[in-house]
Amino acid sequence: MKGMTIIVKIISGWVKVLIFLFGIYIILFGHLTPGGGFAGGVILASCYVLLMLAFGREFVEENLPLPLASKLDCVGALAFAVIAILGLVLGGSFFINFLYQKYLPGEALNLISAGTIPLSNLAIGLKVATSLFLVILVLSMFRPDMSGDKKE
Amino acid sequence: MSVPLPVFVAIPLVTAFLLPIFGKKGKNAATVLANLATISLLVLAVASIGRTGVYEIGKWPIPLGINLVLDGLSSLLLLAIGVVSTAAMLFSVRYMEQYTAKSKYLSLFMLMVAGMNGVVLSGDIFNLFVFLEIASLASYALVGFGCEHEELEASFKYMVLGSIGSIFVLFAVALVYGNTGSLNMAYISKAIASGGLNAGLGFALALFIAGFGLKAALVPFHAWLPDAHPSAPAPISAMLSGVLIKALGVYALARIVFNVFGITVQLGWLLTVLGILSMVTGAFLAIGQWDIKRLMAYSSISQLGYVVLGLGLGGLIIARGQNLAWASLAILGGLFHLVNHAVYKSLLFLTSGSIQMATGTRDLKQMGGLAEKMPVTRATCTVASASVAGIPPFSGFWSKLILVFAAIQAGFYWVAAIIVFVSLCTLIMYLKVQRYAFLGELPENLQQTKESRGSMLVAMVFLACLCVLMGLLLVPALRCNILEPAVKVLTDGVSYSANVIGM
Repeated sequence: MKGMTIIVKIISGWVKVLIFLFGIYIILFGHLTPGGGFAGGVILASCYVLLMLAFGREFVEENLPLPLASKLDCVGALAFAVIAILGLVLGGSFFINFLYQKYLPGEALNLISAGTIPLSNLAIGLKVATSLFLVILVLSMFRPDMSGDKKE
Repeated sequence: MSVPLPVFVAIPLVTAFLLPIFGKKGKNAATVLANLATISLLVLAVASIGRTGVYEIGKWPIPLGINLVLDGLSSLLLLAIGVVSTAAMLFSVRYMEQYTAKSKYLSLFMLMVAGMNGVVLSGDIFNLFVFLEIASLASYALVGFGCEHEELEASFKYMVLGSIGSIFVLFAVALVYGNTGSLNMAYISKAIASGGLNAGLGFALALFIAGFGLKAALVPFHAWLPDAHPSAPAPISAMLSGVLIKALGVYALARIVFNVFGITVQLGWLLTVLGILSMVTGAFLAIGQWDIKRLMAYSSISQLGYVVLGLGLGGLIIARGQNLAWASLAILGGLFHLVNHAVYKSLLFLTSGSIQMATGTRDLKQMGGLAEKMPVTRATCTVASASVAGIPPFSGFWSKLILVFAAIQAGFYWVAAIIVFVSLCTLIMYLKVQRYAFLGELPENLQQTKESRGSMLVAMVFLACLCVLMGLLLVPALRCNILEPAVKVLTDGVSYSANVIGM
């Protein structure tokens, strides 16, 4: 996979920033507008898929190596679990929205509001983006092996 | 509310996501952490015995939020999961050194435990489905962990059939939600009790039985098990046969049939017939096997039949309005057999793993005379075999005896005869294992065989001791605390709903 023509490369070079920003926006404003951690994460992953198609797999792997992505994947899930456990420790019940009830009520429809929900969105966004990226990367990686298997 | 129930799911889940961060260098630390997690789960499970409670996650009231329910049946299953996962994890410490990517294995293992604990604790059917999928997906990956041709094939077959089972369950959940307007088991049960079964709910019940039957590998749905269980690494075979098919299959089936829909005569017959079919077919198929793990996998199907038979007989007696004491006895036999089977079948799979690691083969024809080379493996395997075949002082005898008593008292003489007959078949298949693996001539190429060491032995001896001591569960003091509450949950039937809403 050497990537596509120069036109595709340049256009996707411009567009990638916008897509990435849009993904981050969807995650950050998940508690106010439609979307959220999952939708934003998918957009982030799709940005990497675009780069993978345009520039080839090796380029993307240099940018976000597989072990790092795998670790970020775990960190995302771990952060989500930690938010839930903090609810148990600080708020008295698993998954309770302790930030909203005790520390940071915030005003409705502001960016900083809704307590732990934006934090959970961030964690989910990280988790979904990296795991979807990993799924696509691994699927594209194992193609040569499969054809080798068939010859046997 | 004294036990924070989510810790049963949170501990393994957090451990699962923490482990891969250690990477290759922190392999030993990851192993220690995973073992600590399983041991702490076992301790918590022991601590939860005799307690009941409803936990509302995020303090959302019951019909709106997610709730976890701990009752006798849940804590019995939690205990079984705790014991088997502790032993299997201890066994993995040395056994999994043969494979690469140990931290990924440990992570998947903990995910599977989290899923099973979740299934057992969940108080609403949709979360039951979610946890069922977590446990199943982790187990698909673990079955194919060796990445050899045969293992991947078994894993794929397991995945296809397991997904079909999951789809059935999801479809049934949707139908139930459409017809009762609730996902909470207690509220569904209330709605069914007042509104009766309509066609949609009846179809949902059929789908539930097929879906959970697939997960439990009852006989018409058993095709995936004899491939999947032998292909997995030995500790995973122990987990799959020991607790996964019970937590995901039998437990969920019993919960839905007894506590949500309410047992009827037809359902009782259905469970009884499924149980007998599994017992007889599994036993016949097992006798002819030469692959030691495949033999044990078929024997799992047969032994699970006993559990379902006990539940079915009990349900039948309840639905007919006969003496409740006989029903309790039958269900007690079934549940006691469930716990016993969890212990001795996981022990058998661990010993098979020990043999496979030492000799490099699973074929009984290529073994022989291992008794002198591997004395501890031989001893533990004999204890487990005696237990599974129902030889008196060992645990399996007592549960089968109770089942026979219950069947005779309720007038099902032919069922009692079948129970004894299948027990005989079980004895034959395990005598075959003893004869070909441990007695006879030692082949030339196995002269250098060495006994396994360290944590593997500890795990096997731990389970073997339990096999011997499990009969003590029938002593009144222990029975009243561990087995009776579990039996009562099922005999109480749909009054489960009042208990949960009232608590």
